[in-house]
Amino acid sequence: MTDKYAQLVNQGLGRNVAKKLGLPQPAVLRRYQPGGPLITGPILVLGGTAGADSLAAELLSWDLDVRRHAVPREKLGAIILVLDEVTQPEDLGKPVLSAAASLRDLAPGGRVITVSRPASDATSPAAAAARQGVDGFLRSLAKELRAGATGNGILLAPDVHTTSPGALAAARFFLSGRSAFVDGQFITVSTAAGAPPQDLEQPLKGRIAVVTGAARGIGAAIAKTLHRDGATLVLVDIPAAGDQLAAVANEVRGTALQLDISREDAGQRILEHAVQRHGRLDIMVHNAGITRDKLLANMDEARWNSVIEINIAAQLRINEALLASEHFRTSPRIVSVASTSGIAGNRGQTNYAASKGGVMGMVRATAPLLAPHGGSINAVAPGFIETEMTAKVPLVLREMGRRLNSLQQGGQPTDVAETIAFLASDAAGGINGEVLRVCGQYVMGA
Amino acid sequence: MSIDGQPTTGPDAAGTPAAASAPAHRRAVIVGGNRIPFARSGGAYAKSSNQDMLTAALDGLIARFGLQDERIGEVAAGAVLKHSRDFNLTREAVLGSALSPETPAYDLQQACATGLETVVGLTNKIKLGQIESAIAGGVDSASDAPVVVSEGLREVILDLNRAKSLPQRLQILSRLRPKDLAPLAPGTSEPRTGLSMGEHQALTTAQWKIPREAQDEVALNSHRNLAAAYDAGFFDDLLTPYRGLTRDGNLRPDTSLVKLATLKPVFGKNLGADATMTAGNSTPLTDGASTVLLSSEEWADSRDLPKLAAVVDAEAAAVDFVHGKDGLLMAPVFAVPRLLSRHGLTLDDIDFFEIHEAFASTVLSMLAAWEDEEFGRTRLGLQGAFGKVDRSKLNVTGSSLAAGHPFAATGGRIVASLAKTLHEKAGAEGRPVRGLVSVCAAGGLGVAAILESL
Repeated sequence: MTDKYAQLVNQGLGRNVAKKLGLPQPAVLRRYQPGGPLITGPILVLGGTAGADSLAAELLSWDLDVRRHAVPREKLGAIILVLDEVTQPEDLGKPVLSAAASLRDLAPGGRVITVSRPASDATSPAAAAARQGVDGFLRSLAKELRAGATGNGILLAPDVHTTSPGALAAARFFLSGRSAFVDGQFITVSTAAGAPPQDLEQPLKGRIAVVTGAARGIGAAIAKTLHRDGATLVLVDIPAAGDQLAAVANEVRGTALQLDISREDAGQRILEHAVQRHGRLDIMVHNAGITRDKLLANMDEARWNSVIEINIAAQLRINEALLASEHFRTSPRIVSVASTSGIAGNRGQTNYAASKGGVMGMVRATAPLLAPHGGSINAVAPGFIETEMTAKVPLVLREMGRRLNSLQQGGQPTDVAETIAFLASDAAGGINGEVLRVCGQYVMGA
Repeated sequence: MSIDGQPTTGPDAAGTPAAASAPAHRRAVIVGGNRIPFARSGGAYAKSSNQDMLTAALDGLIARFGLQDERIGEVAAGAVLKHSRDFNLTREAVLGSALSPETPAYDLQQACATGLETVVGLTNKIKLGQIESAIAGGVDSASDAPVVVSEGLREVILDLNRAKSLPQRLQILSRLRPKDLAPLAPGTSEPRTGLSMGEHQALTTAQWKIPREAQDEVALNSHRNLAAAYDAGFFDDLLTPYRGLTRDGNLRPDTSLVKLATLKPVFGKNLGADATMTAGNSTPLTDGASTVLLSSEEWADSRDLPKLAAVVDAEAAAVDFVHGKDGLLMAPVFAVPRLLSRHGLTLDDIDFFEIHEAFASTVLSMLAAWEDEEFGRTRLGLQGAFGKVDRSKLNVTGSSLAAGHPFAATGGRIVASLAKTLHEKAGAEGRPVRGLVSVCAAGGLGVAAILESL
């Protein structure tokens, strides 16, 4: 599970050799540490709109060092480009070029964040062009950034302001080390819903969360991250994984529920457990999933059906039970784990990609059902993550998986977990029906 | 009152019928349980110590009920085959678990009744108000059993320790003989008769004329019931896998009367054609551990934990097997009538029976004794036979023949499974449901208990 190459080129001789030979030099990513600063170094907020002004003012109120104009040769923590009022492609030039002048001053692990509006609801072709232009611009810039710096965008729906809770939550997430492996991605904030965090260190305090597939890998990391953020946990995995599940549960002070989620009554069982022990359920994280890879020509019924059953059919049934329950009504959150395979396709994974594509379809269609309860449902789509599962991938494929992204390394399970914790937070309420990739801007997929 | 020294009722036998249905104390309830799958000796847990297994069973229980850092009132457990270094086995397991290190613990040992007796002792403390919560348990490893040095070597070592000079030491060492160096393997023989438990039961089996086919049928039912319970997910919240084992290693879901009939007798071989006890209808040596979470109703309610069943009452008995008056494993035959009578109950008032299957013929000998008019009159002091056990209510989720029998862990397995069965049945039928537990043990011991659904 350790990336030996990345370790080698980050020290002494290995670093020099890699540099001379022009080999990839994956950076050590800046990751979130409780109690640590949100970001080190000043934040340069570019853009002359009212939205830019109010965002800069808000960031100042977070006790951050905010600049409205670049100071020559000052190392920057982040550059935020506010492009919320562009109406034609020509409008992009001035702010983008002023950002360009400061790019070399961006510190390692720095951030570039665009704030703009979705092209889909633009009122003129020129405005749509300008808005869509931000997409191409940001994705390209993210590929140019070095030293663990990332570029991501926030898209604000018409009624959403740059300082709406969802916009601020997304900005905080992108600035923080929580988004270390999220690169070249956009988050759409569709409504002004959501509440500012009461406790920044424990944004999930008092929330009751269920995580499936929690015995190991990404699921165990999700459990630990939600626990760190203050959630009370119910951890689910198949009975056969019960010993590892118990160990995780004891570490995060949660309860273990040994349950095969493909059981017809799984949703009911989960609700019963959560309601009996905690009175309600607030956050449902669908992480459990399996792979049964085969080329379609060699696919048998068992492989196809088991993947569809566990990866998507079970989630649909559980969600149905949750949506019908009066105990899932307090700003409910559902977060599902999808996959870049479901976006871009992957040879040998027709069944898996069908199931993960299904997850994304489910998320988009379920969003309007949760909105009336102040709820949300979103998915994260991990790319290459360093787990026991990917450690078994043959070396060449594994190296390709690791290096073929803008950060030139695999992500850690915690990177997926941090993104899930963010989407599960109260502050992210305005983000609904989204699929957010955690892939280091993997070349595969959009 | 029996004329034969095994009165059917307690001290008030001559007086009014017992009014124990109105408890004078508060209830002690079973919240749930956890065990590790039982492994055949020398199998998956060959390298696991009693402490490892008990700690694993505890940690699974803690995870199931969110007991991390909780100061439990008291934890009691024990092992039958126990190394002297494990003098504080239960406390050490607690210290190695996720419970608060301020949780007190003690060890208990009553042969195969150890596990059930920990439940009895701890629930009594809860009923008296001495503690609010408790964990009962038991563990045994036939694989990691202590091996003992010979008496000769032991005496030499102890004398050497006391010797003051070199000549003294040499003189002591000269007493050693080659045979003293052979270690003594642990045995299951009765110290007073020299007979193994199986040979003792073979005598009882012959006495009650229990046919081979009936024994094989009990074994078959045990495997079938246990397999069906696993398939139904019954053990999903009663068991936590351990060392790669997710089900009991002894379970043979595909066994049949035909297969069982092919096995050769292993006990009572001197009986010739009357030898009926095989490896199939006797429990194998097994490794495993079990735990049960017990508490007052208030404690369970305050933590939003389930209450499956109440532990109503228990009774211990012993028989004089040394002089052959009764079979070694027949003590529950006396414990159960005394216990039921104290509550004004008969076998017909019991919805589920859990009779520990030390051997298939142990269960059948007990049932035969209870159905026997003569035995009922002369030994139990009744008007006639004690009664008949409805076999469809017996060991409905399998018992020791299928699951295996890590001696001290069996009581916890039975109590947790029965409590869940009672709770489910009561929920389905909307009426209180009653269960009876009976465990026989070495030394002519037996313990029985009544559980009632909540």
